[in-house]
Amino acid sequence: MIAVINYNMGNICSLGNALGRLGAEWVLTSDHEEIMKASHVILPGVGNAAEAMANLKKFGLPEVIWKLRRPVLGICVGMQVMCRHSEEGDAECMGIFDAKVRRFQEQPEVKVPHMGWSRLSNLESKLFKLEKNPYVYFVHSYYAPLCPDTIATARHPEMFSAALKYENFYGTQFHPEKSGEVGERILHNFLKL
Amino acid sequence: MTKEVPAKRIIPCLDVKDGRTVKGIRFEGLADVGDPVELGARYASDGADELVYLDISASKEDRSTFTGLVRRIAERINIPFTVGGGISSLDDAARLLDAGADKITVNSAAVANPDLISEIAVRYGRQFVVVAIDARQKDGLWRVTTHGGSRLTDLELFSWAKKVENLGAGEILFTSMDHDGTRNGYPCETFARLCPSLSIPVIASGGAGSVDDIVEVLKEGKADAALAASIFHYGEISIGDLKKVLLDRGLEVRL
Repeated sequence: MIAVINYNMGNICSLGNALGRLGAEWVLTSDHEEIMKASHVILPGVGNAAEAMANLKKFGLPEVIWKLRRPVLGICVGMQVMCRHSEEGDAECMGIFDAKVRRFQEQPEVKVPHMGWSRLSNLESKLFKLEKNPYVYFVHSYYAPLCPDTIATARHPEMFSAALKYENFYGTQFHPEKSGEVGERILHNFLKL
Repeated sequence: MTKEVPAKRIIPCLDVKDGRTVKGIRFEGLADVGDPVELGARYASDGADELVYLDISASKEDRSTFTGLVRRIAERINIPFTVGGGISSLDDAARLLDAGADKITVNSAAVANPDLISEIAVRYGRQFVVVAIDARQKDGLWRVTTHGGSRLTDLELFSWAKKVENLGAGEILFTSMDHDGTRNGYPCETFARLCPSLSIPVIASGGAGSVDDIVEVLKEGKADAALAASIFHYGEISIGDLKKVLLDRGLEVRL
């Protein structure tokens, strides 16, 4: 069973539908025991990182997430709160990935939020097996810079971490659940870990 | 070297009435062009970057049919999709978000009540709000229209676009009512002035009759995305072939 963590941070409809298309069984939960015994854990997130972190704490979830030894995937803001800190609301985050999340600087011809399809490069990890620099779908104004945990990069226009990994913890800044067939393969690869 | 920015997007638009995709034919009414879910899935696998579904039904009962359809689209389609048509309140937005829409588009209601844009953006994020602007030229000015182009307002295109950006719109979908349905191309000079004046993406809509029109609005017009209906519905060109041409002409596209 896959646990999708419920901490009142946005609509998880798209993620649930994507898991459904893969034939995966999943449950939306904030129950500590249910999360601990899940085969895979997904931390989604839409919205503000400081609010996301506050909600996680309210449910006592950081302590549960730290202890997990099964594969964990943070998506978008879910990935950002697994970093050390976020500029968005000056939030101390969970510190799993060695990165401090920053805001994109607005400049001519560069639109913020970064929204749309951008190409991944420098792919490492089993999450991306068989993929050759695919395009994936992003929607975000904040990003994790390159760091030792970076397993994929994208540009907007400077290079940033499109995905992170530390031990059993994975994070994608992009939305695999909205990234077409490539995204479905990435989710599938995660569920095979 | 140009800055690396997201790929130019190609967005098929599906008008939906009574649960079917329809296409207006001049003087002849509406033609049925297929099941919205199946057609959307085909476009997605052909390489569409997003889809837009517009509910052109009139009655309240049809609205709930459309919400059910949005739910089926969300279950099936693995790329982002926008829905619109008659959205006039935060409740409408919430209902469509819950059904699985990634974005909604507001048009006449935003003109009548600009605060609706910020209310939706604050609640659900600016990426969720696409403001559609229909305008036509009148006495040398681009004037914003509502109700499918039938009502002329006092708003001027460029200042209204800036205002909706400041209110929290995540994207602008601009249609020239002078070009829509003509298949003679987009007003590229207007796009070339509009797009750089905003810090949010602009989707060009209305007027595409050929591949060259789309190349021109993305290249010279600097639009971030192009939306079209009839050239895709009648299979004049497949999305995959269109994107290959765009790539050959030096545009960055997702293939």
